[in-house]
Amino acid sequence: MRELEYPFDSEYLYHKKKSIRKQLLAQLDEKSCLHKKIAILGGSTTRDIRLMLELFLLQYGIKPEFYESEFDQYYQDAMFPNPALEAFAPDVVYLHTTIRNIADFPKISDSAETVEQLLMQEYRRYEQMWDRLAAVYHCVIIQNNMEYPYYRMMGSRDASDIHGRVNYVTRLNLKFYEYAQRTEHFYIHDINYLSAQYGLEQWSDPFYWHSYKYALCVPAIPEFAFSVAKIIKSVYGKNKKAFVLDLDNTLWGGVVGDDGVENLVLGHETSAGQVYCAFQEYLKAYKEFGILLNIASKNDHENAVAGLNHPAGVLRPDDFIKIKANWEPKDRNLLQIAEELNLMPDSMVFVDDNPAEREIVRAQVPGAAVPEMPAEPAHYAKIIDRSGFFEVTGLSEDDRRRTAMYQENDRRMQEQAAFADYEEYLKALAMKAEIGPFTAVYMARIAQLTNKSNQFNLTTRRYSQPEIEAVAADPAYITLYGKLEDKFGDNGVISVVIGHRQEHVLHMDLWIMSCRVLKRDMEFAMMDTLAERCMEAGITEIRGYYYPTAKNAMVKEFYSRQGFDKIEEDAAGNTKWRLVLTDGYEKKNRVIAVNGCGGQER
Amino acid sequence: MTRQEVYENLNEVFQYVFDDDSIEVNDETTANDIEDWDSFEHINLVIAVEKRFQVKFTVGEANEMKNVGEMVDIILERMP
Repeated sequence: MRELEYPFDSEYLYHKKKSIRKQLLAQLDEKSCLHKKIAILGGSTTRDIRLMLELFLLQYGIKPEFYESEFDQYYQDAMFPNPALEAFAPDVVYLHTTIRNIADFPKISDSAETVEQLLMQEYRRYEQMWDRLAAVYHCVIIQNNMEYPYYRMMGSRDASDIHGRVNYVTRLNLKFYEYAQRTEHFYIHDINYLSAQYGLEQWSDPFYWHSYKYALCVPAIPEFAFSVAKIIKSVYGKNKKAFVLDLDNTLWGGVVGDDGVENLVLGHETSAGQVYCAFQEYLKAYKEFGILLNIASKNDHENAVAGLNHPAGVLRPDDFIKIKANWEPKDRNLLQIAEELNLMPDSMVFVDDNPAEREIVRAQVPGAAVPEMPAEPAHYAKIIDRSGFFEVTGLSEDDRRRTAMYQENDRRMQEQAAFADYEEYLKALAMKAEIGPFTAVYMARIAQLTNKSNQFNLTTRRYSQPEIEAVAADPAYITLYGKLEDKFGDNGVISVVIGHRQEHVLHMDLWIMSCRVLKRDMEFAMMDTLAERCMEAGITEIRGYYYPTAKNAMVKEFYSRQGFDKIEEDAAGNTKWRLVLTDGYEKKNRVIAVNGCGGQER
Repeated sequence: MTRQEVYENLNEVFQYVFDDDSIEVNDETTANDIEDWDSFEHINLVIAVEKRFQVKFTVGEANEMKNVGEMVDIILERMP
């Protein structure tokens, strides 16, 4: 819904919250949306935060169910046995505490040791809650840091003096961050930044505390809830993955085809030129986070490339994966890019200064993000930044290498064209796979894959990292991850398989593969290993399940290709498959060396 | 602005906040008369009224008004 896209009208959202909620629920596809249970443990009033959070989560395709602590009962709920919360079994616990929940601040007469003691005491209170919540609920934890105090008794010195509240809050926050740095599934919600961005003066208006025990001003609640929702959607794999950028008047001022490269507004000689340089720098930095940069521009290709080679430019042609500079409609170029990158069109962010182009993409590519770009190019980066398309909650080696991996893929495509026989091509790739039960180093990537894979995904079951760890530890499960590299580079972990055993039958809970390695026979190598493991364990039959969604039609016949027999199909297209192992199993992979064996030598 | 005019404006604010075009308030109206008017919606009402009439209620006033009449008294006394 447009109303919930940044920059939104908070007042409007407030007053229309009921009808917006109804509309969102009506639009929601129950089958493909994520269902998440979120416990809000508050140290102040949380009701409207919950209402607004629900709207933003629904917007992200996450249907939340909430547990809300009684007023100011966050500590009790977190620290003591609580049958209601235990029965609720939260996926996420959100601790909404603020500076209002700090019981004691240092006194001027306190010694440095006393202040340190006080700080540690306050910190430990939180640390105990986080540790206990993680141990009891195996859930994701989101914790507010502290906003700055509304008053500063010492003025500026409050920041540097150990007795100052600004100093105290800063040190407490640093301790929170240290915990976050060493703890998985634990995320800081940065209300310190948010309140600064909003304006601490309005944010902390005491009217709302004294009237309703809201720790922030009510008009800020939509932005606040949006900020929490961004963390949650990121944890559950709902981030965008790629940019599709316009060139003229987006990455530089002017039209390269008309004005010529030398007349573009770009470079540090003029203020207007600096603005575009700064925006290019901002976009280029996204590469570090694994975000793919692409171009869709109405230009002749050579003009586009000439513009990207402008001496003052920051972005260069090789920063992009796909450069579509032609006269086709932009929505078609965007869909083409998505297809070539094996990404869903709704994982793209389209950035264009031209409202007409934005409108076409909005209408033709549902789900793609099309931020409303402001007239002032100096504010382009702000809109993209605040929209939180790429909110980072975890950074894997894969993320950092992503652009390189796609470029390697392009080289594979070129190589493929040189081979007449596809199997010859696959063999020439010299693929090596590592396939084995889930191990500690890959848990984060495995969980990420289960949340991000939509197309090559048989059951579309989502797992949090704690759930993945629980499955890995449970002897009733057989788990496999698959990692694939070839002569062009390492693809990292790209396939995950989970099955649970019931007597002599293994039921497949999950079978996913990244579209990055489609048509490489990796699924056969995975099945070979799975069958081997099953036979070792005395399992005589594998049952496969396919549940259709809007996105996974490509694996409808997956089990058929793997030699399974279809044993059931219902009206909704859900199918059940069976592979009997009593008469042995014939390996299907002939092109990948698995764990040091086989592959092209055979 | 006369008391009558304040009420014309106030009705619009109530209708907007509670998303109900049929609401009409008078001196005796209280939270009991409007279904959605609970303590949470009250704060949204106060914010909307403050904005419409360019007035500020004190913490005490905002939370202790007995009926709409008292709200209108304060608005009339304080309006710019």
